[in-house]
Amino acid sequence: MAGHTEEKDVITGRTTTGHEWDGIKELNTPLPRWWLNVFYACILWSIAYYVVYPAWPGITSYTKGMFGYSSRAEVAVEIDALKAKRAAAAADLGKVELAAIKADPKLLNLALAQGKAAFGDNCAPCHGIGGAGSKGYPNLNDDDWLWGGTLEDIHTTLKHGVRSTNDDNTRISAMPAFGRDGILKKEEVRSVANYVATLSGGQAEAGFDKAAGAKIFADNCASCHGEQGKGNKDVGAPNLTDAITLYGNKLDDIVETVTNSRAGLMPAWAHRLDPVTVKSLAVYVHSLGGGK
Amino acid sequence: MKAHFMSSTDETDIPLYAAAKKVYPQSVKGFYRSIKWAVLAVCLGVYYFLPFVRWNRGPNLPDQAVLVDLANRRFYFFPIEIWPQEVYYFTGLLVIAAMVLFLMNAVAGRIWCGYLCPQTVWTDLFLAVERFIEGDRRDRIKMDEGKWGPAVLARKAAKHFIWLMIAWWTGGAWVLYFADAPTLVKELAFGTAPLTAYVWIGILTFTTYTLAGIMREQVCTYMCPWPRIQAALTDDEALNVTYRYDRGEPRVSLKEATKLRAAGAPAGDCIDCSQCVAVCPTGIDIRHGAQLECIQCGLCMDACDNVMLKIGRPKGLIAYDTDNNVKARISGQPEKPFHPVRPRTMIYAAMISIVGGAMLFQLATRSTAGINLIHDRTPLYVTLADGSVRNAYTIRLINKRPDDRPFALTAEGPLGLKLELVNVTATSDWRPIVIVPPDATREVRLLVTVPKANIKGKSEPITIKASDLFAGEHVLAKDHFFGPE
Repeated sequence: MAGHTEEKDVITGRTTTGHEWDGIKELNTPLPRWWLNVFYACILWSIAYYVVYPAWPGITSYTKGMFGYSSRAEVAVEIDALKAKRAAAAADLGKVELAAIKADPKLLNLALAQGKAAFGDNCAPCHGIGGAGSKGYPNLNDDDWLWGGTLEDIHTTLKHGVRSTNDDNTRISAMPAFGRDGILKKEEVRSVANYVATLSGGQAEAGFDKAAGAKIFADNCASCHGEQGKGNKDVGAPNLTDAITLYGNKLDDIVETVTNSRAGLMPAWAHRLDPVTVKSLAVYVHSLGGGK
Repeated sequence: MKAHFMSSTDETDIPLYAAAKKVYPQSVKGFYRSIKWAVLAVCLGVYYFLPFVRWNRGPNLPDQAVLVDLANRRFYFFPIEIWPQEVYYFTGLLVIAAMVLFLMNAVAGRIWCGYLCPQTVWTDLFLAVERFIEGDRRDRIKMDEGKWGPAVLARKAAKHFIWLMIAWWTGGAWVLYFADAPTLVKELAFGTAPLTAYVWIGILTFTTYTLAGIMREQVCTYMCPWPRIQAALTDDEALNVTYRYDRGEPRVSLKEATKLRAAGAPAGDCIDCSQCVAVCPTGIDIRHGAQLECIQCGLCMDACDNVMLKIGRPKGLIAYDTDNNVKARISGQPEKPFHPVRPRTMIYAAMISIVGGAMLFQLATRSTAGINLIHDRTPLYVTLADGSVRNAYTIRLINKRPDDRPFALTAEGPLGLKLELVNVTATSDWRPIVIVPPDATREVRLLVTVPKANIKGKSEPITIKASDLFAGEHVLAKDHFFGPE
């Protein structure tokens, strides 16, 4: 650059860089020494970091670092430690009877805590958070149970599931598809549906012949649901007279149920979870409020 | 490039960093010095020995008078026990502390800095040790200027050793506030104390040694925000350590002053002996007027009074005085008396009384029981087989007494409601009863069932009442009972 001369600036006492653009000159103000030193130290640090820690990606792997550190392995170790710690506490749960868990506040608290966590992971997708249920998925807070609401009943249902395909002891009930399979004619289905609606205090359609409906019910339904429609927990037949229905108590819902049947499915959790977790789940569900 | 950089030293290139000048405060005897010794003895006595004071709270609670029990989340102060949710008491204490600081400042300047601040107290103690081992101001200056032989090194080593011992003891006393003091002392003696204890002792040993031994006045000058705030808060009516320049100037030697006075010419009382500078722990000259570095410890007043006594002039050339008073004397007006009661001090005092009174009232009337109620989020309500509706609540009962307490639960809300506890078997009368362990909380699930006929709508108010069966104390929680639309 032409006119490359360094000169001293009177005001700051610094020299200029000697560069000049249309009379504009630049003061030579270098970075402070300490700043540069820190910068160099950071570079050295980063090189050391490459050596000590996993750093560079390769085609199939990566540089492992001096000590083979991996945050994933660290998590695995922590999870194992946690499992070991829990196993000791949970061992007692596995040994005792369900009723004994209820009687011992310490075991009960442990079971409830484990049950709550396991419920959120495994059951909530169908039964909802807090077991609130929805159409087709039973509400676990109420006092109406298809397969019984004692601790043992709940435990059995949990272990073997409902209509589970991989468990020989699963809970099985099969209501015929009265309409679809031609057992009942369309008018008969409608008639019995009206009758069922009245069982739980619902309104029947105008012109409904109650005697005819009752006869169809006695001939086709009473064998499982009972003459009064009170249900039978041994075969998982729901009580039709109470305020709780799994698939809705509107006439259309009932017609749909009688025509095509319903068959909800629950996995057999004994095949998926360890026995202590299943036990904890039973205690938790029983404690939601509906347990018998 | 480097050459340019290095050569660019000019008188315009003022360094931004000024190396600290070492201060060698001289010993002094006098009224304010005595007050400071007394304050130091009381403050350190309280700090070092308070953890050992016992206070009986019954069999279930610790018997240490002042204890921060982090593990169990309790703070004990004599009969007062604070739970984490009552931490607002500390907010009140902080408000009061700030107001007391402001009030002290409005009355007599930096009383906190000069007499009470831990930095001042420990620096005083460390200075006393230094003086005891290395001698007074002149000896220390001479020692630092001379060559460092073995004798000097031995003295320095002894000083730092004692400093470290005091610092270590300071850190040790600190951790005693967080655990049972006698037990922890034993554990420390046998090396079995928890690691956190050693870490905290280490940290406080370091800070005490550094702040009180090495940094001293620099903490006040550079680190502490209070001098900046104090300068903005003070006014012409506050007492401050003041050099009465109206009396002191013009400064002349004692001989000269006698001559001048004999001739009827004006002569100041200040004989420029520099004793006020020599004794100053922050190394300033009070005669330059109020300044940021001055902690108003009053030692220059003692030093000056001693000199005035010797030369037969009245005491109080440096004294607590107000700016108004000084100005009045200069303009020949009568002295203005100091007014401790004025709007500013009254407002501060009123704020202290209001906050303090509110806290005392709250402390005296606070309940020893508590209740928290959370309604289940899902499901909001459950329809039962017979059509009745049930709501579930999680209740947390709080027992702040050192004994088991049975609470009976009742509720006011929709007609015919029934209460039922999940997983609680101990019910001895017609109400569900929950026994809460001493000084603890207990969480239970409460089911409230209302017959179908009495369900009035989507939501109705409900009040749950927990009554202590023995003490008669009761607590209420309000919530809602939900039903189908």
